[in-house]
Amino acid sequence: MNSLTNLGPLLYQAFLETTLMVSISIFFAVLIGLPLGVLLFVTQHHLLFKVKPLNQVLGALVNVIRSFPFIILIVAIMPFATWLVNASHGPVFASVALSIAAVPLFARLVESSFNSIHSGVIEASIAGGAPLYMIVTDVLIPEAKKGLIQAITLTIITIIAFSATAGVVGGGGIGDLAIRYGYYRYDTLTMAVTVILLIIIVQLVQLIGDFLSRREEGK
Amino acid sequence: MSIVFKDVSKTYLHKGKEINALRLTNLTINAGEIFGLIGFSGAGKSTLLRLINLLEAPSSGTIHVGDDEVTALNQKDLRVKRQKIGMIFQQFNLIESKTVADNIAFVLRAAKYPKAEIDGRIDELLELVGLSEKKTVFPKNLSGGQKQRVGIARALANNPDVLLSDEATSALDPETTKTILNLLKRINKELGITIVVITHEMEVIKELAERVGVMSNGEIIEMDDVYKIFSEPSHEVTKGFVQDIYDFQIPPHIVQAEDNKIITIKFLQESAEESYLNKLYREFDLSISILNGRIEYINGIPLGILMLQVTGDPSEIDRLIRNITETPGIERAEIYE
Repeated sequence: MNSLTNLGPLLYQAFLETTLMVSISIFFAVLIGLPLGVLLFVTQHHLLFKVKPLNQVLGALVNVIRSFPFIILIVAIMPFATWLVNASHGPVFASVALSIAAVPLFARLVESSFNSIHSGVIEASIAGGAPLYMIVTDVLIPEAKKGLIQAITLTIITIIAFSATAGVVGGGGIGDLAIRYGYYRYDTLTMAVTVILLIIIVQLVQLIGDFLSRREEGK
Repeated sequence: MSIVFKDVSKTYLHKGKEINALRLTNLTINAGEIFGLIGFSGAGKSTLLRLINLLEAPSSGTIHVGDDEVTALNQKDLRVKRQKIGMIFQQFNLIESKTVADNIAFVLRAAKYPKAEIDGRIDELLELVGLSEKKTVFPKNLSGGQKQRVGIARALANNPDVLLSDEATSALDPETTKTILNLLKRINKELGITIVVITHEMEVIKELAERVGVMSNGEIIEMDDVYKIFSEPSHEVTKGFVQDIYDFQIPPHIVQAEDNKIITIKFLQESAEESYLNKLYREFDLSISILNGRIEYINGIPLGILMLQVTGDPSEIDRLIRNITETPGIERAEIYE
């Protein structure tokens, strides 16, 4: 493949696949990771819902998943993913592994955003007699909003990077294109174009993330 | 509402070492009074304050706030009880992502305040603390004093019986401190709320409190009316805290001798305003000059300090010193020289 015209449709297809994988994965990362992050935080906070054993179990679980090299994680959860999405390859199939990798990452980022909240605000809310759920919805999440937006940004970028590996299970995507055409076939043009495209996407995501989190700061 | 500590102590482990944050304490804070606790950082005053609304749990003993034994309440009842114990903080601790109104609405919603009345209640509270025009402003656009006013409005939102003040003016300049202290005094008077104040500034105690406990090393080492603490401090730590008003330096060029003495006297209560000095001039054959003096008003009661230089016959000086000791309401006060 040595002309951009030939590359065009492939690139477009790969872009859609990447978008699909990232969208599914970030959706589940937030859907499951946010409550998990909340749980990690409140179970270790002496004023909130301190349950040390629960915190330790959750913490260990998160660490175990995060320890897996992503390629091994994909392979390890293949049977589960097949059962879940009723398919054995493709971007949706790859999204299962990506989501599983993204959830604990996002949960930890959520936890650390909460950790940076001035503890006096939590103390004041407890002193005011607020129930736990209100502290989560009205104090933790709004106060950490800037950090949470940054966490989502970082998680998206990490998913994009991980998605390159998704080729192993036929996930497709831009990263996969770069590896299959660019790397294995010594196709320098494809390699260069895909890498540049990835750089642009990552920059764009970061830019949007920074813009949104700065807007929070302005309040 | 009164607050009663019975055999309360608090110890915790820090790096394997047991720390006595609060040694065995019995304490009664009367309903409607403004009670102060003063001490250096680490003295245990912050722990004591946080035991009242159970932000910290005691290691032993029971704590009553009004009729409720807070140490025996379950989680839910404790939460409801806390709505009746307001608290304000040194760092204000407002929710930065919420407007002034929403900060107050938060605790009202926590107490299931009727939704339709929340807005009206917020206006009422902001009016009380003099911040009506800042309703829709975010905390970061407020000055320290204004933030503390929001803190006070939030603490009062659910009509508490008790207000706990955790170094509430320590981050404020003297002028703002004064206005906040006046506001707290007014709240105590108008709403009859029991106020417990902890501070490391004797000025705050002098301006605000009626009774004060002096804390050191996890213990209340001295407790009395504020006037009594100022006029007759007995513990070294207490003397340290009140020394500002006794802090007179003897001018370096003055040399004391048999016939030339420096005498500092303290006038208590009404005698502070009487013309005792006139009497000294009239009745003693001595040359008396005033080196320094001041009158402090503590809870409206005067406490006068006067540093005199007396020159003359040593026996006449002795007679004067005896007269000082024998006159009620007048005492020698040479504790800081």
